[in-house]
Amino acid sequence: MSRMIYVDNAATTRIYPEVLDKMMPFLTDQYGNPSSLYSFGQYARQAVDEARDTVAECLNCRSDEVYFTSGGSESDNWAIRMAAHLMADKGKKHIISTAIEHHAVLHTLKALEKQGFEVTLLPVGQNGIVSAKDVRDAIRDDTALVTVMFANNEIGTIQPIAEIGEICREKGVWFHTDAVQAVGHIPVDFAKMNIDMLSLSAHKFHGPKGVGALIIRRGIRFPSFIEGGAQEKGRRAGTENTAGIVGLAHALKLSCERMEKTIPSLAAMRDRLITGILNTVERTRLNGDPVNRLPGNANFSFEGIEGESLLLLLDFKGICASSGSACTSGSLDPSHVLLALGLPHAIAHGSLRITLSDENTDEDIDTLLSEIPPIISRLRSMSPVWEKIQKGEDYE
Amino acid sequence: MAQFYSETVMEHFTNPRNVGEIEDADGIGEIGNAKCGDIMKMYIKVRDNRIVDVKFKTFGCGSAIAASSIATEMIKGKTIEEALKLTNKQVVEALGGLPPHKIHCSVLAEQSIKAAVADYYKRNGIDPTPIVGKLPDPHGEGHGI
Repeated sequence: MSRMIYVDNAATTRIYPEVLDKMMPFLTDQYGNPSSLYSFGQYARQAVDEARDTVAECLNCRSDEVYFTSGGSESDNWAIRMAAHLMADKGKKHIISTAIEHHAVLHTLKALEKQGFEVTLLPVGQNGIVSAKDVRDAIRDDTALVTVMFANNEIGTIQPIAEIGEICREKGVWFHTDAVQAVGHIPVDFAKMNIDMLSLSAHKFHGPKGVGALIIRRGIRFPSFIEGGAQEKGRRAGTENTAGIVGLAHALKLSCERMEKTIPSLAAMRDRLITGILNTVERTRLNGDPVNRLPGNANFSFEGIEGESLLLLLDFKGICASSGSACTSGSLDPSHVLLALGLPHAIAHGSLRITLSDENTDEDIDTLLSEIPPIISRLRSMSPVWEKIQKGEDYE
Repeated sequence: MAQFYSETVMEHFTNPRNVGEIEDADGIGEIGNAKCGDIMKMYIKVRDNRIVDVKFKTFGCGSAIAASSIATEMIKGKTIEEALKLTNKQVVEALGGLPPHKIHCSVLAEQSIKAAVADYYKRNGIDPTPIVGKLPDPHGEGHGI
């Protein structure tokens, strides 16, 4: 197989070598427990504290608002469950979210519904963006929490987080955002955007897997999520993942420092890919908003083909990408995000997500532009759906 | 390369046999719907009760394409009665196994052949239901499984 082209950076990213270098001492000689009193342990304590300061600086929050976790899913679960239960004690059992959240949020909300909470899932427009006005209109006296993702993992759309934050603050409702796809990719300002809780995950911005953070605004008195120790101010027990935490902080620092350059260069590559594909492959659409989207995200739907077979053929060419087809999700339904855009099932099955990072090059885009169209033609030539489209017949 | 599918599945997916249409087919069967993400269309040519040619078109995942391909090989040259005996289990075995949530692809292969034979019977004025059994409506919900 020729060179691998990794364009699935929304799934995970390669760890930056500088990040690994920072982590290595804590995986080898500096194995002290940050909770130990002796200086060997306190060296690790200092590293964790510094990491907390770095995260706070990058996101404009306070160091004591940063709680390290095992990743985005844990942070989402923690934030939503804790907020819900704290508010339930005050008789507030209504939660507002959107139809396009990650399953870490949607499934948590489903579980809460079974416990008697009422959930309003706001729709998104055809461009995949929720309206801040809809959020305002959905807030009731018994609303416990608003949780809206910062940027979508499939279609890359960026939500009006600052506006929603302002509305929630004004209404006195807690606001959580799953910022797993946004942090390290686009500017995120915890304080200025009036965010109360924010989830992030290190491996999405060239950090290690298995480590993330939940930022909780000072003043919100959360009960502990994991009992058994004084770590993370007693709210999340367990010996700190020192190396992971150090890696998270350094990856975030580098990503934020490089952002000014990465955003325009990724957006240029993304737009060249989008224009190239839409111009060469007929009956193709771009999913999500053309402008308000993550700089590295492109998501297409090709009529008449199914996404999994497309991914397999791309894999033969060394191209790693993903799809929202049912076959890649293990269910009969295609991606809930694409369906929420109003896409018919058949078109949602034929989706392709390409997510770039600063490690991708213009040559990668050239390869994608030369490899994707013939694969689409090949699959269409054996598709009875494409045959119907060609004859102008209804196929849905 | 580490793979999700068996070698046989990948081989049939990358080099599918008997892809296409038969212009003057004696029977055409279509099973599945675009909503669920799988459609199989089988074309058969019959001479003296024997399937002398078969072609398929499939919209679906890798295993759906592979199952269609191998199923056409398994019935080509066989009598109608032999083709009707083809089961999805035989298709799975011939493919060297399928992941559990992909078994329905083999069911579609079996059913699309039965649907093509049913169409052949209909065209010859024979009620297929007592012979072929009831097949799911190609435009209905689900795969009939």
